[in-house]
Amino acid sequence: MTETSTPEFALETSDEKTILRVSGDWTVRTVQAVDSDLRALTHNGKVVLDVSDLGQLDTAGAFVLDRTARQLSDDEPEIRGEHPIAENLISQVHAVTDVEEPKRKRDGGLIDLLERTGRGFHHMLQEAVATLAFLGETIVTTSRLLLTPWKLRWTSIVAVMEEAGLDAMPIVAFLSFFVGLVVAFIGATTLRDLGSEVFTVELVGFAMLRELGVLLTGIVLAGRTNSSFTAQIGTMKMRQEIDAMQTLGLKPMDVLVAPRIIAMVVVTPVLAFVGTLSGVMGGIIVGWLALDINPALFLDRLQNNVPVDQFWVGMSKAPVFGFVVALIACRQGLNVGGSVQSLGSKTTTSVVQAIFSIIVIDALFAIFYMEMGV
Amino acid sequence: MSEDIIIRIRDLKTAYGDHVVHEHLDLDVRKGEIIGIIGPSGCGKSVLLRAITGLKKPAAGSVEVFGKQLETLPEDERSEIERRWGVMFQDGALFSNLTVRENVMVPMKEHTNLSEQLSRELADMKILMAGLEPTASAKFPSDLSGGMRKRAALARALALDPELLFLDEPTAGLDPITAAAFDELIRRLQKALGLTVFLVTHDVDTLNATCDRIAVLGDKHVLAVGTIDELRAFDHPWVQEYFGGPRGRAATGH
Repeated sequence: MTETSTPEFALETSDEKTILRVSGDWTVRTVQAVDSDLRALTHNGKVVLDVSDLGQLDTAGAFVLDRTARQLSDDEPEIRGEHPIAENLISQVHAVTDVEEPKRKRDGGLIDLLERTGRGFHHMLQEAVATLAFLGETIVTTSRLLLTPWKLRWTSIVAVMEEAGLDAMPIVAFLSFFVGLVVAFIGATTLRDLGSEVFTVELVGFAMLRELGVLLTGIVLAGRTNSSFTAQIGTMKMRQEIDAMQTLGLKPMDVLVAPRIIAMVVVTPVLAFVGTLSGVMGGIIVGWLALDINPALFLDRLQNNVPVDQFWVGMSKAPVFGFVVALIACRQGLNVGGSVQSLGSKTTTSVVQAIFSIIVIDALFAIFYMEMGV
Repeated sequence: MSEDIIIRIRDLKTAYGDHVVHEHLDLDVRKGEIIGIIGPSGCGKSVLLRAITGLKKPAAGSVEVFGKQLETLPEDERSEIERRWGVMFQDGALFSNLTVRENVMVPMKEHTNLSEQLSRELADMKILMAGLEPTASAKFPSDLSGGMRKRAALARALALDPELLFLDEPTAGLDPITAAAFDELIRRLQKALGLTVFLVTHDVDTLNATCDRIAVLGDKHVLAVGTIDELRAFDHPWVQEYFGGPRGRAATGH
């Protein structure tokens, strides 16, 4: 690397004209040193730029010189002195920068805040309407395809079932198992004070069968499958694959959305079933090790005291959760724009919306079944 | 060693697994010239560019840029070399989460002590210089057309006034008028700044308008290097076809 010297300048005012004498190297690496001093210069009238002592110059240096000359006088700068490239470079820079700076809009504090709040609310409403519209479109597409099953893409349905169902099974089983353990332990310690530890069986049974098994499955799917669907579809959207599909006469709703919806509706109950079983298993282990309830007794009590309705209540929610997770994932995926950032933000939105919806829907189900007296 | 040679490639071999892209490839690029790299699709033009810029490790042979072999350099010296070149990738490779202006400011922030205000102004100047509208600087790459993205990528490649500029298919996908303006721009910058330009292209018009010398890649090495006229006389079926075909003849006026 060649050595560079610091740029220097001097403003000499004589009777009729002002000479700006520059020396040293004016390059992108050095020019910052004189930038603020140059900005402070004021003068009116003709300016001559003397470049005879100028060392290296690049477009950054030329830009600063040109800007200074422009700041000092309205006329085209006159360049004096010998330099291999200065005149050429400065005039090139001068030519391109000869435009009005577009005015930037300032943020207006309070008004801006109100505006953003309004926009946010409006956006939320739009989002709700759009989600409903997408729900309708999905239901229509899926039903149409189910009526003509030979048009269904079985390969992708099975692939999704493997990826979102089978591969998720260990994590769902583990989580439910540990939650089962925890519920049983808490139940055991609390019920011990009342002398009715044996009711731990009912506690675990009702909790896992009716609520926790399926809820945990839903949340795992929302975190795991939902984000992967959004990212897959979003990336395809970003690289215009979805546009390509449309021009080839393929409908993204048929090809991407319907198989995922169908697969998820089918596979979520299976996952929820596994989750429920593992949760009960957690309860059995705690009962066996900490409460001296042997597994046979536990199962017997479970069978007699926890009605099978509870199991069906839990299972009835599973397909709905699967549907909602897939629906939100596909919708947000198709909403991705052209940038990496939008992919990230849509994936986040998707996961947040999915977890939110699952908990809200679970609450609605709870109210519904309570009113029904189940 | 001659001072005038900026890129010196000796006996280069690059390969992806078993697939050998280059073998026994020699090439010199002189200071201040615009060298065009041509060759049939898939002959490894872009791979050569990647090998020179250190993105692809050569399997054998040596690549020297500014008289230094990149692989053997410690981190800070390598970064010093990287500061002296600008690369414009085929599809722009702009950072999609930054605006065009911020894209151009990235190398300035990384490698210089320029203040926010000055680097902003400089970035805007480069953007204008690359032929974009002033309003483009606040836009995101996804809001730009293909041609505009190329210009933005050129602006970023020029951000630090590099001595060596790599351009990968700069005019592909541009309309002929824009492409001609691009050629003119490269030529002008090269004259003003004494740039050395390594230009990978398919565009015969660009070759004719800008290049001092042309290197033809084929059969895994450099088939020939020379001016357009020298190459036209070169006896190789692909080269003959290239310059003798209707497009080649129209572009070079023969």
